[in-house]
Amino acid sequence: MTARILVLGCGNPSRGDDALGPALVARTRDWLAQHPGREVRLVEDFQLQVEHALDVLDADLTLFVDADASCNAPFCLRRAMPERDASYTTHELSPEAVLHAARVVTGRDPPPAYVLGVRGERFELGEPLSPAASGHLEAAWDELMELLDDPRPSAWDARAAGW
Amino acid sequence: MTHVLETAAHPRALRRVAIEPLTRVEGHGKVTILLDDQNRVHQARLHIVEFRGFEKFIQGRPYWEVPVLVQRLCGICPVSHHLAAGKAMDMIAGVRQLTPTAEKLRRLMHTGQMLQSHALHFFHLASPDLLFGFDSDPDRRNIIGVVREHPDLAIRGVTLRKFGQEVIRHVAGKRIHGVACIPGGMNKALTIEERDELRKQTPQIIRWCQDAVRTCRDLLEQCEHAPIFGVFPSNFLSLIRKDGALDFYDGGLRARDAQGGTIFDHVDYTRYNRYIHEEVKSWSYMKFPFIINLGDEDGWYRVGPLARLNNCDFVDTVFAEHERQIFREAANGGMQHATLAYHWARMIEMLHAAETIERLLDDADITGTDLVVHGERQSEGVGVIEAPRGTLFHHYKVDENDMVVRANLIVSTTNNNQAMNEAVRNVCASYLDGNKLTEGLLNHIEVAVRAFDPCLSCATHALGRMPLRVELVDAEGQVIDCMVKESDGTCVSQTP
Repeated sequence: MTARILVLGCGNPSRGDDALGPALVARTRDWLAQHPGREVRLVEDFQLQVEHALDVLDADLTLFVDADASCNAPFCLRRAMPERDASYTTHELSPEAVLHAARVVTGRDPPPAYVLGVRGERFELGEPLSPAASGHLEAAWDELMELLDDPRPSAWDARAAGW
Repeated sequence: MTHVLETAAHPRALRRVAIEPLTRVEGHGKVTILLDDQNRVHQARLHIVEFRGFEKFIQGRPYWEVPVLVQRLCGICPVSHHLAAGKAMDMIAGVRQLTPTAEKLRRLMHTGQMLQSHALHFFHLASPDLLFGFDSDPDRRNIIGVVREHPDLAIRGVTLRKFGQEVIRHVAGKRIHGVACIPGGMNKALTIEERDELRKQTPQIIRWCQDAVRTCRDLLEQCEHAPIFGVFPSNFLSLIRKDGALDFYDGGLRARDAQGGTIFDHVDYTRYNRYIHEEVKSWSYMKFPFIINLGDEDGWYRVGPLARLNNCDFVDTVFAEHERQIFREAANGGMQHATLAYHWARMIEMLHAAETIERLLDDADITGTDLVVHGERQSEGVGVIEAPRGTLFHHYKVDENDMVVRANLIVSTTNNNQAMNEAVRNVCASYLDGNKLTEGLLNHIEVAVRAFDPCLSCATHALGRMPLRVELVDAEGQVIDCMVKESDGTCVSQTP
């Protein structure tokens, strides 16, 4: 059976490099239109919230895609594990907190999930993607294609480890 | 209504405590408190530390793009901005009356937003304080604590929020970035299948909302702080329907004073700037609106659920009206002034939203296809709605090339700016004055601010941002203690 993949992109398209997540979701949507038959569900939102735990529970494999102001350029890929963190105390949640919410709601570990964080530099209202982020977007897109080409946790773990 | 504790007489001789950012509050807010050596409070202020520049973002854009564009101002209430701008652009397009279907679709979308926003606030942001206590263990006082100890409550919160978002998605075609509202009407009809999909869920949603009102009422009855916490008199402002009913989408402006007396009523909202001005203060980026004829000292007001339920004469849905009567009777028929009553009012509004959604879905007009009307192009437009957090004003001027040349937005949180400051001062004076500072006591301040559900956001949420920073500054201005909580939850002491 084909794995049901969830690509969950976050960010504000009008906030400079915060648009990286939505840009990757939009590009994936176009790509899927050209490559039908893939079990890929796309969700886009400004920020993660508790209800996204329900989206995660409906998938076999989740990829959170977001701008990252602190990772190394051009992007980082990492496995996300359920974890309680300080993001529970705001209007937005971290990927780990969403997974934790999913675990608490169901009493079992959620399906494997990964974070593709794309390095962003500038987040001002009304600004386009910075030149640096535009380059990071291309690199992240290549990575995303590799991930969708082999949607197995072991393969994604290997890529996250740099293999 | 003078602003005691807004400005200390001798600030240089005082210690400064900053809470930055506020937790469970969207955006970048900061509270500073000046204390003397005996921990007596001399000054307390809620600051907004981020300059937003919304108006500049909008200027120079074609007017028909604005309803879509403004959704990106805020990730918390994009539908509110979308609809307020849409109403303003109706005026620009010379449209005074929408088709019945277009207006009902907008109302449906708006009530969906109201329901999901109120559900998020109560179940996930406010209930931890009410369930576990303001100064309970912070490890327990959060949404995960709620999920663990009250799983049914937490799951209902998620499901209610999801339903509200499904309403938005069906009306707009997408949950975010939709192009539902266009000048003069709506862009998309609701199909019978979409209507039926939503309709089959409404009985359960209404029952859960009724339970939520009762739960909230019970929690407030059990809360030892409720009768005294953040209780202060104020004016109230909201939209009101012609017959005095609660209305989230349209109506005239009504302002009432602390005793319930009318300041103005059924004012045409396009003339808002003849009744309301905004004061600038040097210590905050957020302006302070006030009612002109009362002046800046006495003319500030509260907006949002508490103001709406205090101001309206009735609610036009059965269950919510019953709850409104209980709400008003609890204040002996007068105005409710307790900050925590915001939560109660919010849950009554959530119930009203659920009932309204059901009524709209049962209306034959809702699946109509007559969606747009046209008029004679105007150069100026004002749109006002009741957003989840309160009255939201959008005002635009457009040139002969259809470009926006001026924009003025007064968002709900700005309308509540002075009131939130009053709540902070009230709580500081009642709970902090003379006491040793603890996390629990500082949370009391956050509880007061959170009751307004302020949204200070610009929806930038890149990973790795927004640490929590608490500074203690001595009388000479030197930082003597500093604790930083990173976005992953780890705490680091940065004491010099």
